[in-house]
Amino acid sequence: MSTTNTEEGSLTKKDFVTENDVRWCPGCGDYAILNAVQRTLPELGVPKEKFVVVSGIGCSSRFPYYMNTYGFHTIHGRAPTVATGVKSANPDLSVWMVTGDGDGLSIGGNHLMHLLRRNLDINVLLFNNRIYGLTKGQYSPTSEVGKKTKSTPVGSLDYPINPLLFALGSEATFIARTSDTDQKHMVETFKAAQAHKGTSFIEIFQNCVIFNNNAFDTVTGREVRSEQALMLEEGKPLRFGENKGIRLNGFDPEIVELQDGDDESDLLVHHSKTNNPAYASILAQMAYPAFPTPFGILRQIEGRETYEDALHSQIKASQSKGEGNLQELLTGQNSWVVE
Amino acid sequence: MTQATDSFEEIESAVVRFAGDSGDGMQTIGERFTDSSAFAGNDIATLPDFPAEIRAPAGTLAGVSGYQLQFGSRSILTPGDEPDALVAMNPAALKSNISDLPEGGMLVVNVDSFKKMNLKKAGYESNPLEDEEFRKKYQLIELDLTTLTKEALSESPLKPSDKARCKNFFALGFMCYVYGRPLDPTLKFFDQKWGKRLPEVAEANSTALKAGHNLGDTMETARNRYQLAKAVVQPGVYRKISGNEALVYGLVAGAQSANRELLYSGYPITPASPVLEGLSALKKFGIKTVQAEDEIAAMGVAIGASFAGDLSVVATSGPGMCLKSEFIGLASITELPVIICNVQRGGPSTGLPTKTEQSDLLQSLFSRHGDCPLPVIAAHSPSDCFECSIEACRIALTYCTPVIYLSDLYVANGAEPWLVPNAADIPSIDAKFADPSEEYISYKRNPNTLARTQAIPGQPGLEHRIGGLEKSEDGGVNYDPENHEQMTHLRADKVERIADSLPPTQLHGEQQGDLLVIGWGGTYGAITSATQAMQAEGFSISSLHLRHLNPLPKDLGDIIKRFKKVIVPELNLGQLSLILRAKYLVDAIPLTKVQGKPFKVSELRDSFHKELS
Repeated sequence: MSTTNTEEGSLTKKDFVTENDVRWCPGCGDYAILNAVQRTLPELGVPKEKFVVVSGIGCSSRFPYYMNTYGFHTIHGRAPTVATGVKSANPDLSVWMVTGDGDGLSIGGNHLMHLLRRNLDINVLLFNNRIYGLTKGQYSPTSEVGKKTKSTPVGSLDYPINPLLFALGSEATFIARTSDTDQKHMVETFKAAQAHKGTSFIEIFQNCVIFNNNAFDTVTGREVRSEQALMLEEGKPLRFGENKGIRLNGFDPEIVELQDGDDESDLLVHHSKTNNPAYASILAQMAYPAFPTPFGILRQIEGRETYEDALHSQIKASQSKGEGNLQELLTGQNSWVVE
Repeated sequence: MTQATDSFEEIESAVVRFAGDSGDGMQTIGERFTDSSAFAGNDIATLPDFPAEIRAPAGTLAGVSGYQLQFGSRSILTPGDEPDALVAMNPAALKSNISDLPEGGMLVVNVDSFKKMNLKKAGYESNPLEDEEFRKKYQLIELDLTTLTKEALSESPLKPSDKARCKNFFALGFMCYVYGRPLDPTLKFFDQKWGKRLPEVAEANSTALKAGHNLGDTMETARNRYQLAKAVVQPGVYRKISGNEALVYGLVAGAQSANRELLYSGYPITPASPVLEGLSALKKFGIKTVQAEDEIAAMGVAIGASFAGDLSVVATSGPGMCLKSEFIGLASITELPVIICNVQRGGPSTGLPTKTEQSDLLQSLFSRHGDCPLPVIAAHSPSDCFECSIEACRIALTYCTPVIYLSDLYVANGAEPWLVPNAADIPSIDAKFADPSEEYISYKRNPNTLARTQAIPGQPGLEHRIGGLEKSEDGGVNYDPENHEQMTHLRADKVERIADSLPPTQLHGEQQGDLLVIGWGGTYGAITSATQAMQAEGFSISSLHLRHLNPLPKDLGDIIKRFKKVIVPELNLGQLSLILRAKYLVDAIPLTKVQGKPFKVSELRDSFHKELS
């Protein structure tokens, strides 16, 4: 998102904290995300009154109540539609949408797809904890096959959806992933999302301490993350661990171990602005245990017009030929006079 | 019919029905005949009647499309019970319409289409036009429409198949002769539609139209030629208007009078799509239109736009209303103004998507979970859609609430002459946002209306959160039992307060008597015509037509008490009568019809007679 910098430096995190008690479970990853968002917003140069936080239903969707901005806690799965209405009505607002894996990809998958393809300048934060939390622990559309939950006592049947591939297939112009365990990375990612003109889709690995605890430990755990997390840096080769990198073999990525003095030149170099979605698709499919999991901006495509700009420029173009006159409209072109 | 003058027969009114294949252009010539009649100064009412399939197999009964109109020098309130003249373009059109044509009625047929194959498709074993008894029953006029049209267009550069397609205008020209309709409005239509883009098409249709007209002149059908005086109406500028057009204009006018930007979001659905299309063409009025991905999304977009300060509107039909229900509940609990238009059609489910019905009243009143009363209003005629949509804007913005506006396919697609209002006379709607210089309490209420005041994003210092959870006056989430009860009552009381702003209910007829007819929506014309006719016969009968279905007018209970009997005609199984029985403990008699067709005046009269005998 890009909005005019009008009050740079005058806001602090405190300005975005509400008086409401935050009522997530102790240890929930949502606290860290809330903290990161409250740290990010004052640094964007956007006046506080221009922020609008819109959410659906679920644990994550309580988010607006804890942000001292304009906010709208809507209904299950439909936040993208309300956010679209807000932004279409007033493109000057900075709209942040908060959703989860159930809200955004199950009941609301359709709306999320259309928000992304329309490319409204909205920042979408999808908290992925791979479980239904607020309904107390049923499997979600991002849960792994065979997930044993209260609704699937002998294991879930359906194959999970990959949020990043979903976004890519929906023509999202900005696709990123971050984790509730990494404050600095979250703030950087949110800032990049704000800077992007168009819909920014961010998957956040978020730990549900009650119903799916440690779901991401194999990737983001302190001991393993240097080996399992692939931190994407623009223009740099894909490297992780002590000495490992990713190169392409045909259409398939493969892990290579670099010995001292080895040349990095056959490693894949990260270019998020590549128009061809094939590269982002390769990154999006890299997952534990076969590959390290990528974090950062997978894809950002510039220059595609936003929906709200197109909407308002059509109106302006029409009005440049003269604004509508109500009396002329009512009378029409085929009236007659009765004396 | 009155006395004959020269070759004309002076008549007060006539009903004409055009029927043909859905590809034959029957809606087009019906509309042209309507325009000509309006232009000739007659009052009119129309009933377009088309199949659910865009092009069912040619020549079949399923593909028959019809357009009926009544026009006259007196006040015309309905499209007429039965046609005086029927134009049948093929055997299927004849088969599915002939039972409505009374004996002695004028029957114009395109004999070119009465070939073996078409007769078979229509289910005729033999050609009815060869049956002497049939021929005697009607004033039969057999025209070789296809041949005559092609002959008239012998000089035209169009392909033979395209020439044949002009036959509907040939038929129109003929009927314009018979009823003395001017050709100019149709010639002007050709010029506007094709003049620049396809001049040869405009030319060919003009030629066909004139040839049809000339044929009437040379066919010695003078005995069939009719003349109608102009209707006596209030002086002023008139135009023809359909219900959906009037809705579009009313929304534009309502937004202007409230000084709000208008955002419309919709998903295409019969018969509400013309609202989306109509508003999308009005960008120069600054109107934002969003074609959403589904009905639910359309409602969400409207709610978001309303939160951001726009006057937001959706229009749909029954299936779309079902899908919007959860969101309508959200608009109710967050108390945001949204206008929700339901252009009703036959249901349930896909039902009769191109036929009229009034069966969504109870849905409008009750389809949300929880106690969630909402204002519901209904338009009673095409031009009344204008008044009603402005009223919807007034209620939505004054009371900060979603409003359900009902019309139906009959009202939405029907057309009538309209005395064009003066834009400057449309009353302004006072709807202010919260003042940033004052402390903002999001659910603090205006003591008179009980409405809350909206604060819109972008205003410094008024940041607040709203949502679907129950809250207390300050907007904070609140699950206390007493608070929920109080808020539920407040939301209901607010809707009930709207009744304070309604004018006294108008009765057609005496203030008391033997029978009171209570109607709502598109039955207005038929009920009023039937009531007037019976009053003229000396019966003690009055009628009233409800615009506001929730809250009901405060004086309704007293009016009901002044009549011995109450009858409620509705195109459903008795929905308003159920409400009236519950609310006023009155033995309201349901008079129901669910055939996808409007009431005939004669049906109503028969029923009223029965109650009064």
